[in-house]
Amino acid sequence: MREEAVMNAQAIERHLKRMALEIHERAQGGELAIVGIRRGGVHLAKRLGHELALATGREAPLGTLDIALYRDDLSERASAPVVGPTDIKFSVSGKTILLVDDVLYTGRTVRAALDELVDFGRPRRVLLAVLIDRGGRELPIAPDVVGARLEVPEPEQVEVRLTEEGAKGDEVIVKSRGPA
Amino acid sequence: MIGRHRHLIGLEDLSREEILQILTLSTSMKEVLRRPLKKVPTLRGKAIVNLFFEASTRTRTSFETAAKILSADAVNWTAATSSVSKGETLLDTARNIEAMRPDVLVIRHPAGGAPGFIAARVACAVVSAGDGAHEHPSQGLLDLYTLAEHLTRVGGAPPQAPPDFDTLAGKTVTIVGDVTHSRVARSNLHGLTKLGAKVRVCGPPTMIPPGIEALGASVHYHLRPAVEGADAVMMLRIQHERIGDPLLPGTREYSKVWGLNERKVKEWLKPSCAILHPGPINRGVELSPEVADGPQSVILEQVENGVAVRMAILYLVSGGAPDQSTEGAARA
Repeated sequence: MREEAVMNAQAIERHLKRMALEIHERAQGGELAIVGIRRGGVHLAKRLGHELALATGREAPLGTLDIALYRDDLSERASAPVVGPTDIKFSVSGKTILLVDDVLYTGRTVRAALDELVDFGRPRRVLLAVLIDRGGRELPIAPDVVGARLEVPEPEQVEVRLTEEGAKGDEVIVKSRGPA
Repeated sequence: MIGRHRHLIGLEDLSREEILQILTLSTSMKEVLRRPLKKVPTLRGKAIVNLFFEASTRTRTSFETAAKILSADAVNWTAATSSVSKGETLLDTARNIEAMRPDVLVIRHPAGGAPGFIAARVACAVVSAGDGAHEHPSQGLLDLYTLAEHLTRVGGAPPQAPPDFDTLAGKTVTIVGDVTHSRVARSNLHGLTKLGAKVRVCGPPTMIPPGIEALGASVHYHLRPAVEGADAVMMLRIQHERIGDPLLPGTREYSKVWGLNERKVKEWLKPSCAILHPGPINRGVELSPEVADGPQSVILEQVENGVAVRMAILYLVSGGAPDQSTEGAARA
């Protein structure tokens, strides 16, 4: 397994700051709430929330969504996927919901997240923010705010490592099979 | 799959890790149960048959509710209204139901071993909803969940914190009643000892099976020393058919010697001791009404947690078959 770092901590921070400004602009006129998709989106949602609070002076409510119960591949898998906690304490109805994930790939996770979100109520609008869009969509889903777009061929994996999850420093890496 | 197991027949077969897998998942299921819209699409298109050869409203309704919240189709099949009364054998009944292609069979049967017998002969997953005096695994699991929730709260965790299942280690749980005939006691005994709790059993000598110490329990014939210092007391239901039987002279005597009333709770139990009962309660026999409805009772929590635990069980046994490949699973 070969690993190549494609984004360092400063770049991630720069992207998040810019994303926060874009989100602020796009979410004007609505009451914003942020929902991170587990697991990769949770800490990014928190960081974006912090940046947005600096820009707007207001703290948006923060929630967490685990999509395991909304997956479309339960009967195709050897074992049932692990289900983590979902935690949305505010009403989503009428709000502008910012969905946050680390990497956007096939779009299936976002499809599941949208289905789950609307079971909590009827948001006025839903925006999708991702740090990395790696292409390879299998569903008609597009992000509204993107940190960086990378063309990564299928067998390779994109991983966002953050200090909140025990990484030494923030970085984005691409993992591929091949000579080390 | 629950760990290595396709079926859930008893807690005796499960490892500590497999029990923890179900309990941890139950916390996520409980969150779903408390949403305003109590429905997730997870088991859409799965068929679950509740095959009940013995009356049980609570357990059947709990499994049915769990299946419906997960969007599975639940069908109830009850012995009293069925071909069993026309003389069909257990295996024939199971094969006929299997031919209707269910994904999960939930079986309650008066004979110990019946769910295991059927599990070995059908293609779908089998979950025991209680068999004879053998085991009642989903009840054992919901009791473990409720105990952990209580102990986590008593340990000073914030009110929203999920239960910490490590809190069971080293704690003392007393099971009181007809232990010999109780599948609830047997499942709890296996589950509690696997999670590191100390178990005391207490009841009339005629109702304590010889050799139960080998399963890790200490035996008491008097209530006071059995419940003093305990972190939880589980009162078993006294079955009416045992009364008048040589095992038990009468309900008044039972209640006096082995039942819990307000005075005994106040004088003998720790203030933080939880009181559990698998239901239905014989008010005034095992528990006085004041105790059943009192601040130490967690009986209604048990019922709520029962749905969450059964959702977790149905989810795990519905997921995947042993020989399928995991390829593509990581793509998100």
